[in-house]
Amino acid sequence: MIHQYKNNGYNIVLDVCSGAVHVVDDVVYDVIALYEQESLTGIIEKLSSSYKEEDIKEAYEEIEELKEEGLLFAEDEYKEYVIDFKKRQTVVKALCLHIAHDCNLACKYCFAGKGEYNGDKSLMSLEVGKKAIDFLIQNSGNRRNLEVDFFGGEPLMNFEVVKGIVAYGRSLEEKYNKNFRFTLTTNGMLLNDEVMEFANKEMSNVVLSVDGRKEVNDRMRPTPNGKGSYDIFMPKFIKLANLRNQTNYYVRGTCTHYNLDFSKDVLHLADLGFKQISVEPVVSLSEEPYAIKEEDLPILFEEYDILAKELIKRKKEGNGFNFFHFMIDLEQGPCVAKRLSGCGSGVEYLSVTPWGDLYPCHQFVGEEDYLIGNLDDGITNTALRDEFKLCNVYAKEKCKNCFARFYCSGGCAANSYKFHGSILDAYDIGCELQKKRIECAIMIKAALAEQEDE
Amino acid sequence: MKRIKTLTNKTLKNTMAKGGCGECQTSCQSACKTSCTVGNQSCENNK
Repeated sequence: MIHQYKNNGYNIVLDVCSGAVHVVDDVVYDVIALYEQESLTGIIEKLSSSYKEEDIKEAYEEIEELKEEGLLFAEDEYKEYVIDFKKRQTVVKALCLHIAHDCNLACKYCFAGKGEYNGDKSLMSLEVGKKAIDFLIQNSGNRRNLEVDFFGGEPLMNFEVVKGIVAYGRSLEEKYNKNFRFTLTTNGMLLNDEVMEFANKEMSNVVLSVDGRKEVNDRMRPTPNGKGSYDIFMPKFIKLANLRNQTNYYVRGTCTHYNLDFSKDVLHLADLGFKQISVEPVVSLSEEPYAIKEEDLPILFEEYDILAKELIKRKKEGNGFNFFHFMIDLEQGPCVAKRLSGCGSGVEYLSVTPWGDLYPCHQFVGEEDYLIGNLDDGITNTALRDEFKLCNVYAKEKCKNCFARFYCSGGCAANSYKFHGSILDAYDIGCELQKKRIECAIMIKAALAEQEDE
Repeated sequence: MKRIKTLTNKTLKNTMAKGGCGECQTSCQSACKTSCTVGNQSCENNK
């Protein structure tokens, strides 16, 4: 399967099943589009008004050569592999700990119902946190690297327990030959020097929530009494990012219908000196006034193009930054097994509520049909676990023939559930955005590779 | 090649033999939390 597109002056050909990416001239681009339906003679006939016959022949030869090498028109050989993959014993390797179902901001788009996940305010006890660490160690088999994210609500509202859980996890690493990678997702309201010092010692990644420009941020991320939050956290975020040497963190924002011109928000964050930036379009049902609607897509596509060009320009000037959704590793990216299994929710990745219940991921917490177990009894709903285990690109009609399937791995199960009531569907607006981002990400690689050649 | 520049010739097929160790990062633990972004991650074995 081939996906070909033009972007920013580049003709790009992605050979979907091999993962090979080619930048080609106009002749090759047009020949590839006809290659599977036409013979060489037919192609020459169709393109004779545009190109010389010898050029078409030369392009055809180059295509044949790459096809021979398995780098063009490669077959999808992974469907059978998935069947084997399903039978494999799986382990749990990552937990999202809901340290606090409470929050000190009142973000209008919060999927967690202002931190409380449509339930009561609740804080995780150290006892539950320790049980979660024990559960992870016991269920992780031979996996050495284990991930624990401190999430909320706002986890710093329960910082002492965060510290206690980290200390407990560290105390067991040597005994069980495990390496904990702790991460923290915070709105920054309670960040102070003590927290920063702790985070820089213990957290392999920190996600700092901010939407971009002050007016954009403060519209959607107010304090409970309706004031803006930007001025409170921003100086602290800048300080923390610098203390972390501008690495192993993300400033992470949400773009909504109100700031469709989100490239300005990304660049605002870049202009403040942040080097690791993620801004994602909000995922919410269309009745919300801030939701991304289908008619917003052309605007967002253009914004991604603007951002991609600016990113290339800044990288060439030596003033680049990383935009999370444009990061793509063409050389050493994930193996096919990873690409097929996706995010691992419900199988390798689970969320733990403050009282020790288990859900397939943070976005399912509060959906009682998706309660999958608890820390005392482990996975109790094995049928649900198996449903998630079988959830891969080949189980989804919409994904089977999509060019992006090895990059998004079938997309987010929670988003699919939210829009279609099933984890085996796909959130259509999200798909369109994802495809555009992949196209931009590859184009950026093409542009930067060209620079290296110069 | 005159007309084609290949940016990457590592094929996914080659990762079938040795892949699947599972030591890599869970995608939602990086920064997304509301999407699925497996393709932008790195293989732990190549670090």
